[in-house]
Amino acid sequence: MCTGRVDLSFVLRAFSNGMDGVFLGGCKYNDCNYGTQGNYHALNMVLLCKKIMEHIGLNPDRLRIETMSSADGNLFAEIMTDFGKQVKELGPLGKGEGIDDLVLKSRIQAAADIVPYIRLVERERMRIPVQSQEVYHNFFSSDEFAKLFKETVIEKLVDSQIISLLREGPQTTGEIAKVLDLTPSEVSRHLNSSSRQGLVRYEEGRKCFALA
Amino acid sequence: MLRNDYGYGKFKNVVSSLDYERILSPSGAYEGEILRASDKKHPHKIAWIQCVGSRQVNPAGGNSYCSAVCCSYAQKQVILTKEHDAEAECTIFHNDVRSHNKDLERYFQKAEQLPGVRFIRSYVSIGKEIPESKNVTIRYSTPDDGVKEEEFDMVVLSIGLNPPANYQALADKFGIELNSHGFCKTSLSNPMEASKPGVFVSGSFQGPTDIPESVYTASGAGSQCGELLDYRRGKLSKERIYPPERDVSLEEPKVGVFVCHCGANISRVVNVPSAVEYALTLPNVVYAQEQLFSCATNSAKEIADMAKEKGLNRLVIAACSIRTLEPLFRDTLREAGINQYYLDMANIREHCSWVHSKEKEEATHKAKDLIRMSVARSSQLKPLQEFALNVNKTALVVGGGVAGLTSALSVANQGHEVYLVEKDTDLGGMARRIHYTLEGLDVQEYLHDVIRRVYQHPLIRVYTEAAITETGGFVGNFITKVKAQGRVTEIKHGATILATGAEVYQPIEYLYGKDDRVITHLELEEQIVKREESLLKTRSLVMIQCVGCRNEDRNYCSRICCSESIKNALKLKELNTQMDIYILFRDMRTYGLKEDYYREAAGKDVRFIRYEAQDQPQVEEAVDEDGRNVLRISVTDLILGKKLEIDADKLALAVAVIPSAGSQEAVDLFKVTTNQDGFFKEAHVKLRPVEFAVDGVYLCGMAHYPKHIAETISQSYAAAGRALTLLSRDSVVASGAVAEVNGNDCISCGACITACSYGAIEFVMTPQGRKAGVNPPLCKGDGLCNTVCPTGAIQLKNFTDEQILSQIDAAVAGL
Repeated sequence: MCTGRVDLSFVLRAFSNGMDGVFLGGCKYNDCNYGTQGNYHALNMVLLCKKIMEHIGLNPDRLRIETMSSADGNLFAEIMTDFGKQVKELGPLGKGEGIDDLVLKSRIQAAADIVPYIRLVERERMRIPVQSQEVYHNFFSSDEFAKLFKETVIEKLVDSQIISLLREGPQTTGEIAKVLDLTPSEVSRHLNSSSRQGLVRYEEGRKCFALA
Repeated sequence: MLRNDYGYGKFKNVVSSLDYERILSPSGAYEGEILRASDKKHPHKIAWIQCVGSRQVNPAGGNSYCSAVCCSYAQKQVILTKEHDAEAECTIFHNDVRSHNKDLERYFQKAEQLPGVRFIRSYVSIGKEIPESKNVTIRYSTPDDGVKEEEFDMVVLSIGLNPPANYQALADKFGIELNSHGFCKTSLSNPMEASKPGVFVSGSFQGPTDIPESVYTASGAGSQCGELLDYRRGKLSKERIYPPERDVSLEEPKVGVFVCHCGANISRVVNVPSAVEYALTLPNVVYAQEQLFSCATNSAKEIADMAKEKGLNRLVIAACSIRTLEPLFRDTLREAGINQYYLDMANIREHCSWVHSKEKEEATHKAKDLIRMSVARSSQLKPLQEFALNVNKTALVVGGGVAGLTSALSVANQGHEVYLVEKDTDLGGMARRIHYTLEGLDVQEYLHDVIRRVYQHPLIRVYTEAAITETGGFVGNFITKVKAQGRVTEIKHGATILATGAEVYQPIEYLYGKDDRVITHLELEEQIVKREESLLKTRSLVMIQCVGCRNEDRNYCSRICCSESIKNALKLKELNTQMDIYILFRDMRTYGLKEDYYREAAGKDVRFIRYEAQDQPQVEEAVDEDGRNVLRISVTDLILGKKLEIDADKLALAVAVIPSAGSQEAVDLFKVTTNQDGFFKEAHVKLRPVEFAVDGVYLCGMAHYPKHIAETISQSYAAAGRALTLLSRDSVVASGAVAEVNGNDCISCGACITACSYGAIEFVMTPQGRKAGVNPPLCKGDGLCNTVCPTGAIQLKNFTDEQILSQIDAAVAGL
């Protein structure tokens, strides 16, 4: 199997399990063992995942991708030592970021839940022709990407986070807004669309939202 | 062969390169640590002396030839030394740097650019041993400072290759002749053919040879034996019978864990008994034991026996990398009557003991983690079936140069039909422009004979002026469309040999194309053969080497040009002993036995002037003292340290060999790859030098890398030999670890189809409608399809989401 086989859901599962850092090592770019440039797929996934991590409050430095050949033993050792040091400095997952364990788990779960959706969006709109690492980095830090990311992944992620929260029990708009660090009107907008899709319902009696 | 003059055997800290190789080895005297014999301390300042016993002007006690491999192996030793100790100071004292093999020019640069590494071009002599420190001094000279004496902690002598010790007895026994150096005398057109029919040689008995060439001359010799013995092929082979496979799909997982000591490679660091004890505590593990060498025949039998006795249905071998031994342990499972895919290997050697030798406790902990992850995955494994594919016995050879002709003949001589496709109107390729070799082969006579044999061969079908329009299929079953003379023919073939050749660089440098007196080395050869008048009248001729390569645009050595220039220089001296010939070079790369001709040319007064890459020769049109129009070539003489001006009547450029357009077309059609210079990329430089990563497709000749005719012939026989290992079988086995679609989950989005570079997935009509379907023989198991599928409908078997997630979960379970 190729680095390109490493799935967004694998990385999220590792973080969800409490891993403090995830490292991906692959063949050098343009020197793919399979001749399929799968390592660019991996780079695409990693850059996207970093954006998701940022959004849910995880330090994106906890995820790292590097490429090397089988003759680069010393480089590998150097990188791993460096990454190990870096992850130690970041501290345990969540603690370093100042997020409560349960909140963190629920946020990662919310992201994991929309992986199928992310795959579709990634394929349609966030995959660029294989050229060079630089092109990838530029794309993922561009305004164009930021806008796209906000309109697609973040939108769905908020929906998913709300549903994840409601799994714990019914909540009011205000409570949800506080946990997700959003304005109540934004939360309302998401709740309205989710309720139209039949995912959530409003409990008149308790004046709060619950899973449908 | 070492004489005393380098202090070997006298000074403790002078070692041979072979001694040093052992020192670097984990199984060497110091277990992979670099230590000095005198005080068992790490040396920090190490010197390499090149050409020890090789390239000697007075060969008494040494050899006159170049050993061809030492430049690169010394660079490797430097790189490894720097990996051991980044602070180490490494100095290489060398003559010409001969990095004439594929990708080795870059390797040389890699070594040269490491901090603390010096390459010093100088003859040296060993000074003395310092009594207190046992350090050794080396005297050498530099252009700036004159002779210097410098102290080193350790000195490595780059010794060369000799013929085998008992070469005369060997030759007598087989009735074959030797050459003047004691290597086997071989045919000018076939380096594997000894002087007695039916006796073939491969590897360094032909003369100093590196590993890739040794491997392909072995395959080539094999193919020629095949030509003689084809009528008996398969008569002695016996099919292996395995016990019937037990159906364990309804049983609970019963995992057996075998933890290997690997001699002491693992157990020196990892506490193996403790790992075994731990394995027994894991879910589904019913048996665990340790073994000294799990890969030993008796150990493999022990594993099979225990599996039967304990009723195991999953095996975890905690040992080394799957890259080396997975096939062996799969076989062990089959011997035990278990499906071979019920195996997982925990790599506690490369991934653990070798890299954590200083942290024994943590390494043991990590070994346990790895075993736990393997056990978790093994419980999720599914039995997979490999399947047999029929093999079409026909071969397609693309390219009708020497490479294609040779391999086509060898395949056909072993009873297989061959289709030979050439884009030109005539067969022969680049060799049509070559008339003689350095060693004296009459190339045109040879070529005509080969072409005649190809046309007369009843099993070879030749298409000239032909183009391949389309190709598809997979190992053993390819279909290719060839368009020739307006007709399209569909060819079904089991194997493909790509011999698409190379081209020569069209120079823009040195007034080429602007002044008729500036020609390429190929044009010079043409003029020599035609005895062209302008050439016969030439009083002074200059050759410039490395035109168009060993530069930023083409960062490789074209390998053949040094010998080509010497070949032409010697011919010119035959025509006119009075002609002044100058060769301006960067490194003369007359490797191996070709060194003799370099010496011969120097002896005949061919003048060799070295220049540096950053100070290229300059050429201008000028008028000399006698009023003749000349080409004035100015170059810095590095020995005298001043500009020289040479007035020449002719300038021959040793231009680069560049990849052919045909190779690029082949890349697109046959889904093969090239290296960054555009030459075909073999599956493995040393282990599979004539095969592509794509099964059933082979390569040879200059499309792989520039090479001399004899070398091309060796490699072409090798490609034929490898193709025969496929074509001689009735069927091939394809891996079971391929992608599979669950039609119920497939939403026909096509994501997997676009992700697959092998064209292994297509839409197929099923009772549930249009769904993605995998053509297993085309699937290489990279798993990209799996990652893009929004519904998880397509799964890479043996690496399914479930199996990998189980490992990820198990990774934390012990924390």
